[in-house]
Amino acid sequence: MTQRRKLTNWLIVLVALHGIIAAAGFFAPYDPVEQDRGRPYLPPMHLHMVDGQGHLHVRPFFYPLRLREGSFDQYEEDTAGAVPLRLFTRGAAYRLLGLIPSRLHLFGAVGARIHLLGTDAYGRDQLSRILYGGQVSLLAGLLGATVTLLLGALIGMAAGYYSGWRDELLMRVAELFLALPWLYLLFALRAFLPLAVSPLEAFLLVVVVIGMVGWARPARLVRGVVLSVKERDFVRAARGFGASDFYLLRHHIFPETASVLLTQAAILVPQFVLAEMTLSFLGLGVPEPMSSWGNLLATLQQYSVLVSYWWMYLPALAIVPFFLGYLGLASALQQRTTPYKLEEKTGWNPS
Amino acid sequence: MRKERLTSHRCRFIFSLFLGCASTIALPAKGFPQPQQANAKEELLTLPGEIGRSGGHLVISLRAEPKTLNPLTAADTPSREVIATMQADLVHINRATQLTESALAKSWKISADGLQYTLTLRQDLRFSDGHPLDADDVLFTFRVYLDENVHATQRDLLIVGGKPLTVRKVDAQTLVFQFAKPYGVEERIFDGLAILPRHLLEKPYQEGKLGQLWTTSTPPNEWAGLGPFRLKEYVAGQKLVLERNPYYWKTDTKGNRLPYLDELVFLFVPSADAQVIRFQSGETDMITRLGAENFSVLSRQQHGYTMSDAGPGLEYNFLFFNLNDFGEKSSAYLTRKQKWFRDVKFRQAISAAVDRDAIVRLVYQGRGAALWGPVTPGNRRWVNTSIPHPSRSLDHARALLREAGFSLSTTPNGESTLSDADGKPVEFSVLTSSSNSDRTKMATLVQDDLKQLGMHVQVVPLEFRSLIDRVTLTKEYDACLLGLVSFDADPTPDLNVWLSSGGTHLWNPSQPRPATTWEAEIDRLMEQQLVTPGYDQRKKLYDRVQEILAENQPMIFLASPDILVGAKNSIANVHPAVLEPYVLWNVEQLYFRTGAESANR
Repeated sequence: MTQRRKLTNWLIVLVALHGIIAAAGFFAPYDPVEQDRGRPYLPPMHLHMVDGQGHLHVRPFFYPLRLREGSFDQYEEDTAGAVPLRLFTRGAAYRLLGLIPSRLHLFGAVGARIHLLGTDAYGRDQLSRILYGGQVSLLAGLLGATVTLLLGALIGMAAGYYSGWRDELLMRVAELFLALPWLYLLFALRAFLPLAVSPLEAFLLVVVVIGMVGWARPARLVRGVVLSVKERDFVRAARGFGASDFYLLRHHIFPETASVLLTQAAILVPQFVLAEMTLSFLGLGVPEPMSSWGNLLATLQQYSVLVSYWWMYLPALAIVPFFLGYLGLASALQQRTTPYKLEEKTGWNPS
Repeated sequence: MRKERLTSHRCRFIFSLFLGCASTIALPAKGFPQPQQANAKEELLTLPGEIGRSGGHLVISLRAEPKTLNPLTAADTPSREVIATMQADLVHINRATQLTESALAKSWKISADGLQYTLTLRQDLRFSDGHPLDADDVLFTFRVYLDENVHATQRDLLIVGGKPLTVRKVDAQTLVFQFAKPYGVEERIFDGLAILPRHLLEKPYQEGKLGQLWTTSTPPNEWAGLGPFRLKEYVAGQKLVLERNPYYWKTDTKGNRLPYLDELVFLFVPSADAQVIRFQSGETDMITRLGAENFSVLSRQQHGYTMSDAGPGLEYNFLFFNLNDFGEKSSAYLTRKQKWFRDVKFRQAISAAVDRDAIVRLVYQGRGAALWGPVTPGNRRWVNTSIPHPSRSLDHARALLREAGFSLSTTPNGESTLSDADGKPVEFSVLTSSSNSDRTKMATLVQDDLKQLGMHVQVVPLEFRSLIDRVTLTKEYDACLLGLVSFDADPTPDLNVWLSSGGTHLWNPSQPRPATTWEAEIDRLMEQQLVTPGYDQRKKLYDRVQEILAENQPMIFLASPDILVGAKNSIANVHPAVLEPYVLWNVEQLYFRTGAESANR
C-alpha cells in the first residue's frame, strides 16, 4: 500500500506544479512580454513586514526601486513610500488555460510594479516570464513524449509481434536513430525550414522534431515485452480460438506494455523538457518575445550577464521540482510493475 | 561584401623607410637590435607627445587568426589590423585629428587642375630588413596594385574617373601621380596603401606568385615592411609575435627612435567574452571592440587597468526594407508588402515610432548615440548637424499611417492591428544577425515599438553569412536590421552604399538606373563630391545627401555605439580614437611606464 501512496503523492505534487504553470496568467503578476524600459535588470525586490520605524505591518509591503542617477542597472530602495502587496488584484488581461478571459491576478501592487524575481534586459517581469515560459517548455515536453510513445509503441509492437524481416528492418532503423547525433540533425532540419515562422509554428515544429527523434528506445523496450508476452499461454490460447492479429495486439498484448510505457513517459517528459530548453537555448526554439525556459537561460550565454545579474539563473531552478516529481513518479511506477503483476494476472508462479 | 573589399586598403599600413645607415645590413640578425640613434642623413619624422622609455612587450587579443600577412590579399579585419602595424603608407590619416599628415612622403603638392600629385619621399629610409627605400619601390608598389592579374584589393580605389592613375618617377625621391579626373578625396587616397619592398617581391611578381606570398607561414627573413614592427614568430592557432623594427622612421622629440616597445604580441582569442576574461586576468594588456555590457563588467572592478569611452565611432545601425524591383517575377506576397515599404509615409511613421533613446540606453547602456542619419557624431568633420532630431511620437506615426491609408482596429482584449487600404493586416519579419546580440536586442525593442502601431513584426535571427546572402543575392526578405562601419571619416568609402548602382545600396542594390528621383539626386551629389576639390564644397554636397536620406528614410537610422577600450595603467600614451585601429593607431608611441610594472604583469 505504501507504494501506492508514494505514487499518489508524486502524482499530487506533479498535478499541483502543472496546475500553477497552466494557470500562469493568474499566478503571474504581469504580461510576460510587456517591457518597462525604465527598469532593465532590476534585482528581485524584498518583501518586508517591519518598516524603518520598527512598525509591524499586517500586509507584507515593498519599497519601490529607483534607478540611481546616471547608472544603467544600479537601483536603490525608495524607503519613503512603502507599497503594500495586494492579493487578487486586477491587472493585465489574459486567458486562463487559453480559454477564459480574465484580469484577476494572485498578487500585485497599486502605484508601483512588484518584481519578486527581478526583470530582464528589457524590464520584463522575470517571474511572469518563468511561469509563461513553463507553459511552452512543459507542453513541448508532454506533447513530445506523447508523440514519441505513440510512435515507439506502434513500431515496437509491430516489430515484436511480426518478428522476422520486419523486426529486423524496424530494429535496424531504430539503431540508426539511436546512433544519430540528433542535436546536429535538428540544426540541419531547422536550416531547411522557412525563416519567418510564427511563434505557434515554431512551437509545433520543436514538438514534432523532439517527438520524432526519441522513439527508438521505447520501441525497443516495447518490442522486448511483446516478444515475451506473445509466447504466453493466454495469448496462444486466444490465437488458437482464432483471434485476429489486431485483436491480440489490442486486447492481450498492449495492456502488458502499459507499465513500460507509463514508466517511459515519466522518464521521457523531463528529458524532452530538457531537449526543448536546449533547442531554445541555442536559438532554435520559440522566438522572442515569447519566453520558454530555454530562451530565458539563453541570455546567460553572455559573460556580462553571467557575472552581473544572478537572478537570470532562476529559470534553471524552475525545472528542479518538475524533474524531481517526474523521476519520483518514474521510480514509484517501476516498483509497482512487472513480476508481481504478471503473477497476479497469469497465475504463473516460477517457484 | 563589397564594403569589406572596398575598405580593405584603408587599413593602416605603416612603413618604415630608412636611409643612410652607414653599414649595409642584408638580413637582420635575430634578437633585438639596440635602439638606434638617428643618423644625420635620415629624414626621420619627429612625433610630438610624451617621451617614453624603451622595452617591454605588449599583448593584445585578436578576434581571429589573420588569414594572411600580405597587404595585397588581406580582406579580413584581423589581417588588416596586424598588417597595419607592420607596413606604412605615403600619406597617413591621423586617427585622432582625422586629418592627413606626412608619412613616407615628407611633402606633397597638388596641381591647380587637381590632376597631378607630386610627392617627395623622405631620404635615406630603410625597410625592416635594412634594405633602402627609394622611388622605384613606390613605382613597383603601384604597378602591382594596378595589375589586374594580381587582384589586389586596393585596385578599385586607384581607378578614378574610369581610368587607373599613372605614376612617374622624377628622381630618386620624387614621384608624380597623374589622375584622369580631379579626385575629391585628394591625398587621403594614399592612406593605407602599403609600400612594398621591390627587392623581395619583384621576382615572385614576375613569376605571378605574389598572391601566394607572405602567408602566415612565411619565415621572418623573407618578409620586410616599413611599419613600426616586423615579423618575428607565428604560432598557428595561438599567437603572432612581432618585434621592434630597428629601422623605423619616426622619433620622439628627444630623437629616440620609435617604437618604444620591444615586442607586440597578438593572441588569437575568438570570443569577445574570452577576450574580456583574458584582459581581466592580466594576460592581455589592452582590449578594444568592447560591447557596452562587457565594458561595464570591466569598469566595475578596475584592478590596475583603466577603461575609457572614446565616444561614438563610425558604426551606424539601421533598419531597412526590401525595396528591390522584381518586375514580373515578384510574388504576390512581397508585392503587397512592398506597397507599404515603398510609401515614404510608412517609413517615416516607423522612424517616428522607434524609441532611439531606449535603444541607446538598453542596448548600449547609454554608451552610444541615437542616429537620424548615417553620419555619426563621431565623424566630426562630415556630420550634418542641421538634420532634425525629432523625438519619438506615436501620435505623429499614427497620423502619418492614417494619411497613407492605413487603419487601426482594436480587438476587445486590447490587441490592436494595423490594416492597409485593402484591409490586409500589416505583418512582416525583420532579419538580424544571430551572432550580434546588440542588433538582436535592437530588433526586439523595435518589434515592441511597432506593436504599439498595430504592426506585427517577427524577429528572425540568422547566421551572418546567410543573412547577407538573403539581402544581397536571393533578396528574399521583408526587412533587415544591420550595421555598417565606415573605415574612414571621408564619405568616399561609403560610395557603394549610397550610389544606386552600388552593391551595398542595401535596400535595392546594383540598380541599372535609379529607381526614384531622390536616389538619382543622391547619385548626382555623390559623384559630384567625388570630383570636387576642397573640403567646404564637398561638405555642402554631402550635407545635402544626408538631408535627402533623413527625409526619405530608405534606412531607418537607429544608433551608433561608442568606441570602448581598456588598457593597463602601466601603459602610457594611450589615446583611443574613433577610427580603426582604435588603440593601436599610435602603437609606436605606446610604452610601459616602469620596468617593475611591466615585469609583474
